[in-house]
Amino acid sequence: MASVSVPGETVRGGLLRRPRSTAGFWSWVTTVDHKRIGILYGATAFFFFLVGGVEALFIRLQLAQPDGKILSPSTYNEFFTMHGLTMIFLVVMPLSAAFFNYLIPLMIGARDVAFPRLNAFSCWLFLFAGLFIYSSFALGGAPNGGWFGYAPLSTVEPGNNMLFYSTGLLMAGIASTVSAVNLAVTIINMRAPGMTMFRMPVFIWMALVVQFLLAFSLPIITVGLFESLFDRRFGTHFFDPAAGGDPVLWQHLFWLFGHPEVYILILPAMGIVSEILPVFARKPLFGYQFVVFSGIAIGFIGFGVWAHHMFATGLGPVANTAFGISTMIIAIPTGVKIFNWLGTIWRGDLRFTTPMLFALGFIAQFVVGGLSGVTHAVVPADYQQTDTYYIVAHFHYVLFAGAIFGLFGGMYYWWPKIFGRMLNERVGKVQFWIMAVGANLTFGPMHILGLEGMPRRIQTYTPALGLGVWNLVVTIGAFTIAVSVLIFIGNAVASFRRPKDAPADPWDARTLEWTVPSPPPPHNFDEIPVVHALDDFWHRKYAETEEGTLVPVPAGGSGDPRSDDAHGSGHGIHLPSPSYYPVIAALGFPLIGYGVIFHWWMAVAGAVVVLAGLYGWAFEPAAE
Amino acid sequence: METAQHIYESEHEATSTGLPNAKLAMWVFLASDCLLFGALITTYVLYRGASLVGPYPKDVFDIPYTSVSSFVLLASSLTMVLALAAVQRGDLARMRVWLLATALLGMTFVGGQVYEFTTFYREGLKLSTNLFGTTFYVLTGFHGTHVAIGILMLLSLVAMSFTGKITQRESMTVELVGLYWHFVDIVWIVIFTVVYLIPTGK
Repeated sequence: MASVSVPGETVRGGLLRRPRSTAGFWSWVTTVDHKRIGILYGATAFFFFLVGGVEALFIRLQLAQPDGKILSPSTYNEFFTMHGLTMIFLVVMPLSAAFFNYLIPLMIGARDVAFPRLNAFSCWLFLFAGLFIYSSFALGGAPNGGWFGYAPLSTVEPGNNMLFYSTGLLMAGIASTVSAVNLAVTIINMRAPGMTMFRMPVFIWMALVVQFLLAFSLPIITVGLFESLFDRRFGTHFFDPAAGGDPVLWQHLFWLFGHPEVYILILPAMGIVSEILPVFARKPLFGYQFVVFSGIAIGFIGFGVWAHHMFATGLGPVANTAFGISTMIIAIPTGVKIFNWLGTIWRGDLRFTTPMLFALGFIAQFVVGGLSGVTHAVVPADYQQTDTYYIVAHFHYVLFAGAIFGLFGGMYYWWPKIFGRMLNERVGKVQFWIMAVGANLTFGPMHILGLEGMPRRIQTYTPALGLGVWNLVVTIGAFTIAVSVLIFIGNAVASFRRPKDAPADPWDARTLEWTVPSPPPPHNFDEIPVVHALDDFWHRKYAETEEGTLVPVPAGGSGDPRSDDAHGSGHGIHLPSPSYYPVIAALGFPLIGYGVIFHWWMAVAGAVVVLAGLYGWAFEPAAE
Repeated sequence: METAQHIYESEHEATSTGLPNAKLAMWVFLASDCLLFGALITTYVLYRGASLVGPYPKDVFDIPYTSVSSFVLLASSLTMVLALAAVQRGDLARMRVWLLATALLGMTFVGGQVYEFTTFYREGLKLSTNLFGTTFYVLTGFHGTHVAIGILMLLSLVAMSFTGKITQRESMTVELVGLYWHFVDIVWIVIFTVVYLIPTGK
């Protein structure tokens, strides 16, 4: 069935022996198992979620009352910039990557991703990039020019703050590009027999669209970041009006990446919701092809709407109209998805579990954020809304009440698969309701504040403006969210105190990852499954009568995973060996970053480390 | 299970598309790299003729000189193809010769670029002189870095061929480096045309 590695096989050419430990610290550092890497991504992202959340709480304490004195203006600038950078680049993106890594091979019936060592490299480089950016707090000041780092503020302001921004994001970008190539190849090339493109779960489709968005948008911001870095460090004039340069070029480069990025953040959550709804409605996803094609359409049109972030920069009426129209057009495929989700739950046999609540919360709240987004497409309205709290309200509805809710739903849904333990359902439902109340209390009033004229990124405001009441409500909402997150942590910790007793298929689900034990064995599948239909696992469990009622296929039927004897020990299946080199190569990058900011010899040392890592990698024997 | 068996075994694995993983990955990477050069070239074109002070392109460019070094780079694509052909028929010695020839031609190009940069610098065009200096050095510098990385990969291939990592059966690594090398050559055709051949007026 699978090849047997021959003991005593001599392999030459390696500098270091391949690591062998399967437990403990070093086994995690050197792992190339996509499941462990997924958990590493998730843990790191959750850590940064807490850090970014604490930053948000400080911001809200500062703004709770007029004339707040908790944060100085300069600290406030660092906090709102780092809150944005953290939540986008170090939380939502890697949390999505955690699900991609863990689930893509399991859902398409593969044993790992296409390039396991590259996968480990991406994960470590992302972690080091995050730590690198945060080290700026100790090294003279954190990025303080907003998450979009507009020139010329980012290129002329004194201090190293924005150098950490450009170098840190370049590193994170390399990590994401590498991972995008890896995962795109995995999805296109490593599907189980019979898993045609249109038998793939919608989550996998959304993952594929996201990988292409990453691969095509990250190089654009890479160029922008290099130009910004060179302007600061080497005296170039890319964004320098005094020498004829145009700061608006930065905005174009940034948003040409920045708008696809918005879909990079939301499509994974949309994929998760598309998996959760059919399971708990006990119906297939309504209009599978429509959901898939609207995801692809969103990916394409997402590259043609970037200037709606720049209506107020003076591009002229023709450009503004064109981008206003394209922005309204992109609402169509998004709306198609919403109606398909509603069609899925319509007359379904609904089970209101915690994942289902989060998925439904996602739909309701994403609609609010989506609708306020359409109002930005109306150029005259946007002139009023731009740079006010109305914008802040919009993107938090989409990214927190949308993406984060979807990702929490995913955590509740796949927790038993990943850790072999169920999260407490009752606690989960309490968490959902507190989080939903908190989110709407926080981000709902921001619409009002914005329309009343409260600008974004403002450190304080005078009592005369009459903004105090709603700001206090927003702050109370933010702390309500914090309570809900603490409840989740309690739920997670409590789950680890219980024995591993989650069944392979606790939710009566539809996709391949539920056919293997919880947690899955290192080799995922004893035998690579053969797929015959969309939702193949469901059809193995249920048949339909002529009236359309579901009839369970008798246990022990073909390929039924509920029969425990179906799982072998997996001995003899050849898995990629762990490796030291990905983490070594990744370690060189922050050194290069510090070198660019402080002393050039550090950059040379970093480059040597990277090269050493890559050469060790290239010459590493396949296995020991 | 045929598919499972070969996934980590070799490059001749059974994949969903029939295309080896590494080759597909190289294509996706090159597509992504297209956007990198796309953004750099766009920046250059946007700032053509926008410099407020000299020296301007016509003051420093030596078109015949750069044409020759461009020809050298393009010729290296031929030697790269010959290297791949050699390894595919199992002639490792010939492959090493052609790989080294490719690397040598690449180094000639990069050396020419270094000489060109030094000359321009002496003529008063620095990175910070004007928008032309800014955009010219950064665009051609990024391309030169790509060529330099390619040279490193070519030399690594030669080294790897002595450890048994490159054989007639495992020839795809050479093909991948070849794809990258040809891509870098093609990009240079665009850059050479846009930067050197189309006159700016100033």
